[in-house]
Amino acid sequence: MLLSDVLETHGYDFLEYSHASIKRRIIRLYALDNFVSFAEFRYTVKTDKQYFKRFLEEITVNVTEMFRDPNFYKALRNDVLPVLGTYPFIRIWVAGCSTGEEAYSLAIVLKELNLLQKSLIYATDINPSVLEKAKKGIFPLNYLKGYSENYVQSGGAKDFSSYYTANYSLAKFDETLNSKMIFSTHNLVSDHSFNEFQLILCRNVLIYFDKDLQHKVFQLFDNSLEKLGYLALGSKESLDFWSRAKEYRRLKTEKIWRKL
Amino acid sequence: MEETIMPSKCKALIIGGSAGSLDVLLEIFPLLSDEIDFPIILVTHRKSGNDALLSDLLRSRTKLKVNEAEEKDKIQPGNVYIAPADYHLLIEENETFSLDYSEKVNYSRPSIDVTFHSAAEVFKDKLVCILLSGSNADGVAGLKTVKSSGGLVVIQNPKTAVMPYMPQQAANEIEGGIILNANEMAEFINKLYSYKTS
Repeated sequence: MLLSDVLETHGYDFLEYSHASIKRRIIRLYALDNFVSFAEFRYTVKTDKQYFKRFLEEITVNVTEMFRDPNFYKALRNDVLPVLGTYPFIRIWVAGCSTGEEAYSLAIVLKELNLLQKSLIYATDINPSVLEKAKKGIFPLNYLKGYSENYVQSGGAKDFSSYYTANYSLAKFDETLNSKMIFSTHNLVSDHSFNEFQLILCRNVLIYFDKDLQHKVFQLFDNSLEKLGYLALGSKESLDFWSRAKEYRRLKTEKIWRKL
Repeated sequence: MEETIMPSKCKALIIGGSAGSLDVLLEIFPLLSDEIDFPIILVTHRKSGNDALLSDLLRSRTKLKVNEAEEKDKIQPGNVYIAPADYHLLIEENETFSLDYSEKVNYSRPSIDVTFHSAAEVFKDKLVCILLSGSNADGVAGLKTVKSSGGLVVIQNPKTAVMPYMPQQAANEIEGGIILNANEMAEFINKLYSYKTS
């Protein structure tokens, strides 16, 4: 009901999201914001544009980290990006980039492989306010210790702190990193393909979608991926049950597939 | 044990545990009947990266099929599912799993509360939940929901727990939970099965 309102009034379609997860997010927000009744909550979501911004930010999951799953980044560094490095120009799409931690991680690896100059990272999300944060490249300093450990485990050999300037409780990442990023809103549910890429990263987004929607998004990625391009998913996501999975070959142990 | 409070049919058993619960699981698993005909779902706090270790440890101790829960997996009777490290594990209305990488709950992901709450909505009075040893209160709020949805609540006797805090909190806050020693758990679980078929 609430989600039908959201679609009708605001144009965001959450109807094909996994029910248990989206329901939990909605109930969490309803409790967090102390509404008197669910009817009042529903009315506010429907009519209050400012509150809807918050709603959108809170019911989508924006938890992310840099170099999450270090072995995944190791595979990108050793097996995927060197192949893309043979191309004159590298186009990468980070779909569902949230506050940008993965895009910055990727830019760091590209920089270390001397590929950043000829790369362009398109970082998109459904949610305009997280993109504002992503553009700034400023992350809480207390997370950086963990990120630095991930970075080292992923095969990074530089001094991680050379990539940011610490200022009180915040770390601002080097602007050469986001000089190669383009941020834009994109809704995987309703928007179309907008370019052709050699690498698409979409990690821990599809777990929130039901199976039909997952398959629609795979089709969207297929339309947006060059032949021999790579598709990278989250550690618990898989292309396996999609009808066209045979047209892709998986790389070793990581959740990375190459389009044949 | 009082037979009268057994549910009419156990459709799912969920075991939650934190520090000190591995020993109990290793004790329970070799004693479980091969004929158990409900799914067993394990939600334990542990570091990411050693998922395979827990599966392997348990797999070597039972004939039941042990696997990590995958998103969209249909929950099958007689299977043991382990919540993957660093994701919350939710149960959908159609008895499949969903994974969720949202904020930690009670400093934990997976959070036992999250899975208990979610399972209570789906399995209602046909759900049995066990809370084992641990040193925070994750799982206690979830057990309350399970109880109020008509499910059966079992708590490890804090005296037999390496870390008594978690079961103690549950025992304090939940009326009518069954308190069992670690060495009584396996028999109890097997009885859930025999009760249903008798």
